[in-house]
Amino acid sequence: MDFDYSDEQRQLKDGVERFVRERYQFDQWKKIAASESGMSEENWRQMAELGWLAVSLPEAHGGLGGGAVETMIIMEGFGRGLVLEPYLSTVILGATLLARGAPEALQAELLPKIGEGKLKLALAIAEHQGRYNFADVALSARAEGSGYVLAGPKCVVLDAPQADKIIVSARTGGGAREAQGISLFLVDRAARGLNLRAYRTLDRRRAADLAFDNVRVDAASLIGARDQGHGLLSEAIDHGIAAVAAEAVGAMQCLHDATNDYLKTRKQFGVPIGSFQVLQHRMVDMHIALEQARSLALMVNMKLDGPAGERARAAAAAKVQIGQSARFVGQQAVQLHGGMGMTDELTVGHYKKRLMMIDVLFGNAEHHRRRFAEMEGAEAA
Amino acid sequence: MDLRFSEAEIAFRDEVRNFINDNLPADIRAKVRRQVHLERPEIDAWQKILFRRGWGAPGWPVEHGGTGWSVVQRHIFEEETAALDCPPQSPFGLSMVGPVIYTFGSEAQKGHYLPRIVSAEDWWCQGYSEPGSGSDLASLRTRAVVDGEDYIVNGHKIWTTQAQFADWMFCLVRTDFEVKQQEGISFLLIDMKSPGIEVRPIITIDEGHSVNEVFLDNVRVPRGNLIGREGKGWTYAKFLLGNERTGIAQVGGSKRRLRRLKEIARAEHVDGRPLIDEPSFRERLAQVEIELMALEYTNLRFLADAASGRPLGPETSVLKIRGSEIGQRISELAVEALGHYALPYELPREGMNEPPVGPEHGEGLVGTYLYGRAYTIYGGSNEIQRNIIAKMVLGL
Repeated sequence: MDFDYSDEQRQLKDGVERFVRERYQFDQWKKIAASESGMSEENWRQMAELGWLAVSLPEAHGGLGGGAVETMIIMEGFGRGLVLEPYLSTVILGATLLARGAPEALQAELLPKIGEGKLKLALAIAEHQGRYNFADVALSARAEGSGYVLAGPKCVVLDAPQADKIIVSARTGGGAREAQGISLFLVDRAARGLNLRAYRTLDRRRAADLAFDNVRVDAASLIGARDQGHGLLSEAIDHGIAAVAAEAVGAMQCLHDATNDYLKTRKQFGVPIGSFQVLQHRMVDMHIALEQARSLALMVNMKLDGPAGERARAAAAAKVQIGQSARFVGQQAVQLHGGMGMTDELTVGHYKKRLMMIDVLFGNAEHHRRRFAEMEGAEAA
Repeated sequence: MDLRFSEAEIAFRDEVRNFINDNLPADIRAKVRRQVHLERPEIDAWQKILFRRGWGAPGWPVEHGGTGWSVVQRHIFEEETAALDCPPQSPFGLSMVGPVIYTFGSEAQKGHYLPRIVSAEDWWCQGYSEPGSGSDLASLRTRAVVDGEDYIVNGHKIWTTQAQFADWMFCLVRTDFEVKQQEGISFLLIDMKSPGIEVRPIITIDEGHSVNEVFLDNVRVPRGNLIGREGKGWTYAKFLLGNERTGIAQVGGSKRRLRRLKEIARAEHVDGRPLIDEPSFRERLAQVEIELMALEYTNLRFLADAASGRPLGPETSVLKIRGSEIGQRISELAVEALGHYALPYELPREGMNEPPVGPEHGEGLVGTYLYGRAYTIYGGSNEIQRNIIAKMVLGL
């Protein structure tokens, strides 16, 4: 057992902290969030130069062969900075799917571009009727000629408006809600027949509802084996959960620290409000919620490369803990800041809203608790 | 960073596992498994088995009769002993007074007391709380006055666990009433066979006898039984509390109880199907299991800090808070799982020939639940633990 960072990992951590300090002060964040694309191309180039976009890519395709620890360090830092660039969609979800499922030639073409910052991706897997069940896929892919024709809607596709390509789940076989029969396709965002209704989200990021109106793709755009996309997707989602768990820890840490500072400085009845025991204990409960979330964020990241069953169990447990901790920390941070916590001018509300996003992403705490409860071998090891 | 055990650590785990399977007496194991209250001879028997193997004091340095194990090895040992239904080692000597003696005691004290703790010759109890001094321990009033070569001790201790079995008591006494409260306290070792000591049982909510009142009426204690310096007792008491902080999470014990809870939930039925398949119950089971996973990894993180040489401080109060809350929750679900058979409450008695009422898997569970309400009270109540974190960790 070894819990320490290597020297390189420590340097990475310093680098991410410096990036956030220099590029993600609150005023800078507001400017980027209000811009047309809701992200900064310059920041994206900078991330490419620092090697962060290639950190987890395979070495054969220009990657640095880093693992979960590197991703965890980056995402925790991004959580502190409320970093807006589409790292999750492109580097965690998109690249994970391509590196595990795309044919070799496509990997050789696309993965280096991700590392260089020249390709942005989005993952379209949610459908309204399916809620958090990503096997509930109605969007159809009909074989035609040497390719497929995609038809149907996808909802709330994060980072879609600024993506170059979109990975979409579609039904090539099987019945409604069957895992078997789901296939993944890589589609140009500008493909004919693909219509986007773009909007902003609660945390001022960008997303879109997509309508596939008989979009033609060739057979080479199939990611993973036909009908077998669900397993691959589950693995990518678990990577996504591990990444947002680390991000949530970063965001919660900021809320925790800001609230604790506020308790020490805000005075009422002539004393700092942090001298009141009822507020002290509430703050301690926020502290405990954060530490428990940090522990399971660590656990899921450490189990990503292990057996699939253990990985899925860890991801479900982590998503439950993260969701529950995030709600408590977010709500109490607003409460303890009083009226000030309600304002748009404090960062508190913005962290809280990012945490609300994270709770819903990949399924909320209730969804994953049900999933955890249903898992076979639910047994304390 | 790598949370997997190394090959050497896996080999060690297997060695511990094999040793337990080969040496733990079956009757003791069965009792632990059924959560039946253990008596001193049973706990002693297991302690002596460990002692003969050289594992009597897992947490101590080699020179004092310990194993000299790394923190990871100690963690593995704790996990394996809990998972395989070993009786818990009595903490009062091994985890509490032992480290105080080898850290602050004289050579004569180390030579006399330490080996007798490891070999289970002596049992210890803790003379801390008093009727007027619970959470506010520093206000304690039991007084020790020098008389020639002895102290004369007068006072009244309470909630003294295992005092009815103990050979010795480590005791906080006031030797100076003139100075600041914390500076007038001394740490004395008292022979429980001394004239003037009276132990009176306190029957707790589970109708069991675990705790006692101890009355000290002009008890003579040789001055040689003072640990360290007079007036420094509070420092030693705080050291004692800070020691062995990772064990307080009780992860191993909670895992074992959760496993048993699941067995019960498979055996009990509701609407013709196993209780464990009833969605509401199953989700509440999942909730506590997830919380236990989080606690386990929090414990591991603290362990890693200790392994890297960073001393553990007040932040470990999180382990006490979550560990006790989770222990209580599991116990509460177990009582819920029993349904009607949570109600019969027969105490074991001499000459009882009939088997207990209700299913065998229910044995001891309600008593464990009731006594378990103490988890959040003893060792510094959870409210006090929150005060500690607020003050020492958060700086409020």
